[in-house]
Amino acid sequence: MSWETIFGQLGWDSLVFTGAIKHPSASEFVAFGAGSIVVLGAVAVVVLLTVMRWWGPLWRDWLTSVDHKKIGIMYIVIALVMFLRALIEAGVMRSQQLAAYDSAGYLSADHFGQLFTTHGTIMIFFVAMPFITGLMNYVMPLQIGARDVSFPLLNAISLMLTAAGAGLIMVSLVVGEFSTGGWSGYPPFTGIEFSPGEGVDYWIWSVTLASIGSTLTGLNFAVTLYKKRCPGMDMFRMPLFCWTTLCTSILMIFAMAPLTVATIMLALDRYAGFHFFTNGDGGNMMNFANLFWLFGHPEVYILLLPALGVWSEVVSTFVGKRIYGYTSLVYATMCIAVLSFGVWLHHFFTMGQSANVNAIFGIATMIIGIPTGVKVYDWILTMFRGRIRITTPMLFHINFLLTFVLGGMTGILLANPTVDFQVHNSLFLIAHFHNMIIPGVLFGMFAAVQYWFPKAFGFRLHEGWGKAAFWSLAPGFLLAFFPLYWLGMNGAPRRTVMWADPAFYPWLALAMLGAVLLLVGTVFLLVQIGVSIRQRRQLAVPLGDPWDGRSLEWSIPSPPPAWNFAVVPQVDGRDAFTEAKKNGQAYRSPAAYSDIEMPCNSMVAPLIGIFTFTLSFALVWHIWWLVVVSFIVVWGVVIARSFVAQTNEIIPASRIEAEHEAFLAAARATPGVTRDLEMSPQNRGKAAPDRLGQPGQKRPDDVLESAI
Amino acid sequence: MNAPQPLHPGVNLDVTDRKSHEKASEVIFGFWIFLMSDLVLFAALFATYAAMSTQGIAQGPTPSEVFDLGSAFIETLLLLLSSFTFGFAILAMKYSTSRLRLLAWLGVTALLGAAFVAFELHDYYVMIVNNDAWPQTSGFLSAYYLLTGTHAVHVSAGILWMIVLAVQVMTLGPNPLVKLRLLRLALFWHMLDIVWVGIFTFVYLFGVAA
Amino acid sequence: MNLKTVSNSAPPAESRHEQRNYCIGLCLALVLTLIAFGLVWLKMVSGTQALAVLGVLALVQVVVHLRFFLHIDLGKSHRDDLMLILFTSLILLLIVLGTIWILWDQHARMM
Repeated sequence: MSWETIFGQLGWDSLVFTGAIKHPSASEFVAFGAGSIVVLGAVAVVVLLTVMRWWGPLWRDWLTSVDHKKIGIMYIVIALVMFLRALIEAGVMRSQQLAAYDSAGYLSADHFGQLFTTHGTIMIFFVAMPFITGLMNYVMPLQIGARDVSFPLLNAISLMLTAAGAGLIMVSLVVGEFSTGGWSGYPPFTGIEFSPGEGVDYWIWSVTLASIGSTLTGLNFAVTLYKKRCPGMDMFRMPLFCWTTLCTSILMIFAMAPLTVATIMLALDRYAGFHFFTNGDGGNMMNFANLFWLFGHPEVYILLLPALGVWSEVVSTFVGKRIYGYTSLVYATMCIAVLSFGVWLHHFFTMGQSANVNAIFGIATMIIGIPTGVKVYDWILTMFRGRIRITTPMLFHINFLLTFVLGGMTGILLANPTVDFQVHNSLFLIAHFHNMIIPGVLFGMFAAVQYWFPKAFGFRLHEGWGKAAFWSLAPGFLLAFFPLYWLGMNGAPRRTVMWADPAFYPWLALAMLGAVLLLVGTVFLLVQIGVSIRQRRQLAVPLGDPWDGRSLEWSIPSPPPAWNFAVVPQVDGRDAFTEAKKNGQAYRSPAAYSDIEMPCNSMVAPLIGIFTFTLSFALVWHIWWLVVVSFIVVWGVVIARSFVAQTNEIIPASRIEAEHEAFLAAARATPGVTRDLEMSPQNRGKAAPDRLGQPGQKRPDDVLESAI
Repeated sequence: MNAPQPLHPGVNLDVTDRKSHEKASEVIFGFWIFLMSDLVLFAALFATYAAMSTQGIAQGPTPSEVFDLGSAFIETLLLLLSSFTFGFAILAMKYSTSRLRLLAWLGVTALLGAAFVAFELHDYYVMIVNNDAWPQTSGFLSAYYLLTGTHAVHVSAGILWMIVLAVQVMTLGPNPLVKLRLLRLALFWHMLDIVWVGIFTFVYLFGVAA
Repeated sequence: MNLKTVSNSAPPAESRHEQRNYCIGLCLALVLTLIAFGLVWLKMVSGTQALAVLGVLALVQVVVHLRFFLHIDLGKSHRDDLMLILFTSLILLLIVLGTIWILWDQHARMM
């Protein structure tokens, strides 16, 4: 058997380390360093797991788990790890641009191309997507009073597909190179003729895995929201985060398919010589842009909508008021979701269609500003006459309102095709979408972590470090990206490895400073987690309601038991837990307990994860025997699983009763804290009624609504 | 008529098997959503084909030169009949206690499906031999092979799924788990026939008529 | 629900009703298929006219399949599914028509 039969195109030269030895240069050393970090990191994790004897618990309690809460946490861990990598890459790119005034800088053009490609691909598919998916996984079932999602095993499989994609992109740091075609991977540049190496194949398969995982997630969440709401929870009684989850899920169901089609066609072009996007023989590369953005634009809202849901939860909790304009927020969310399918062409205004086509899509794009504006007004009006507590999530929210509106304005500018022709492919565009995604999505996720962390782990995050992180992240963002607007308007193109205009230098230096601040803020967030773990006794909130929360997830212990709700709750209005607390019905013992049927752990998902990883790795390197074996194993596992009849276990009522009654007794015995003491160690997770919420006294939102 | 209201697409088991019926609504809704997502995938393929079948011919043959309507007609009949026989398989599962009747209808369906795939492969063979119409020949043919090929792969996957379920009917018996799977496979199969309506109309018939 | 009124003798009648549904569906689909193929075989349609006529026939046949094979109707209990189908149709239309419009427009300007 020849080498190629066994290892395909894989060779010793594929290793990133041989490059640095054979052709030493600064660029190769950076690649060498990155590859070493991956290898050393992997070794460190293996050693740690072995020394601490954590392999067993990791497998039993986490990797094989089908519990939506654990799956959610694992998603967010993936997102954080990948975020660190992509953030460092951004810093490296900034420093390259700073160094590359009138010189080549220290990175080769190819290496720089790989950096902006992985930065974009990772930030979208392996940071933002797992972050929102993890959050929706954790929070949504708790908010609708469900014990799990509709298809728990499918949920675990989605996670493992995403993990396999993330793993593939990490492996590309050590073995071979990644694509230089940008996160949108336009052919013909990414076709076999102009990108013959393995880079684009890495991009194709990691994105395809993530895409399939997201489709399944969307399906799962939509069914959960339709079929698993607790009694009394009508659609229009769901918390707004659930509404945004529903709209995001629907977008995932419909938007990921065009991406899969586009990547598969590109793969057929590359592997089998088809002519979908080639230059000659009837290929049409414009169709790639068309298909990619058919996915890409809804994707923007897939990311944004859950964050908008987070903002709605955060603002109403930390203002202590019912959300203003619930119905309008729901309809605005729906409008955004539907409209997002009708604007994809604005990503390629300059590709050569006639002015009429551009005009229609430009107008459709501007219309999205209307429902988004409705949301902004609703949040502001929720704060109006409320008792605002300036906590870390609230700081992020106020920062979001200010900066997101600015980003929206530049979006309206870009929606005008004539303006777009001037600034397309410039740093103006880069500034615009970072302006939407960082304060909107990323900071939304950071706020969500601050807000729901005590629910997931039973202790609050240290507030001081949280504020410190905010005060370096928020200015860091402004410094890093507002100069890019200016640079873009002055003609600085995106994805530029070197440049020659001295006027750009101060602005690039400012942006570099901003990138440093963003890095520092991220370090502060990590420090915050470390400090909070050390101080977890002072910060403990086992009674589960540290913020005087309004929806059902705050009515159960922190961390919640595997079955979430000892007895499935019955609700009869919005803000169910707030109403229960007001009427004195919170923490009451239920009439009776019954056995609960919960799904068993399963090794199906991790097996599928492992073998889809080997499948895609083998596809990248043309190791055909491994492709066949992996494919058969993946489907063999699925078929074998379908013969297993017993997939659930019964948790006896006595155990549930004992645990839940202990929690209720502790909750009744503990005095609640007022909001002024929210951040003190006295806060054990039980809230005292707010003075504005006393019975008999008119609440501020009632006053406001009767005035309008 | 006071027939009970159906709770999900496809045949409902309400009358004969309440236990399975109550569990059906959630899984069938989930599968229905999957089918819709799959339809979007086919929509993207159809849209691509629509553009490439006129703009992407290059030096290759045109649609009317390579398509054989007679073969397409036979394929249409085979798939339509298989949809019909699957319906009777589901009715056998619902009303009959005999496993044999269910298995027989499933067998007929699988054979019709296999014949459909065989005819399609034969089409490809003829196109390649007579017209040198490889998928690599032109954008039009790339799009044609991907669209019909994706459909054929779906049908083949459906046949494999049918075999697995037939084994489960024999070993596990028609328990609720297996019954709900058969209901889902039925939806899958009928949906593939709907996609085929699009293919024979817009690919074959319009390809020849235009 | 009327489930309780369905007695043991009901299944055969119900069964015959459902069998008849499949038969009606098969016949209608066969007729529509034959018309579509016949029109093209006899060269009675061509060009855009063919697209319109064949498109309408296909649409009707899809509705027949949905009604008689997938048992979709306008009943109240079916609203979730119906909404889903309608929304999917909207997305399908946007994708197909949008793509065709855009690619044709670009193509026309490249000639």
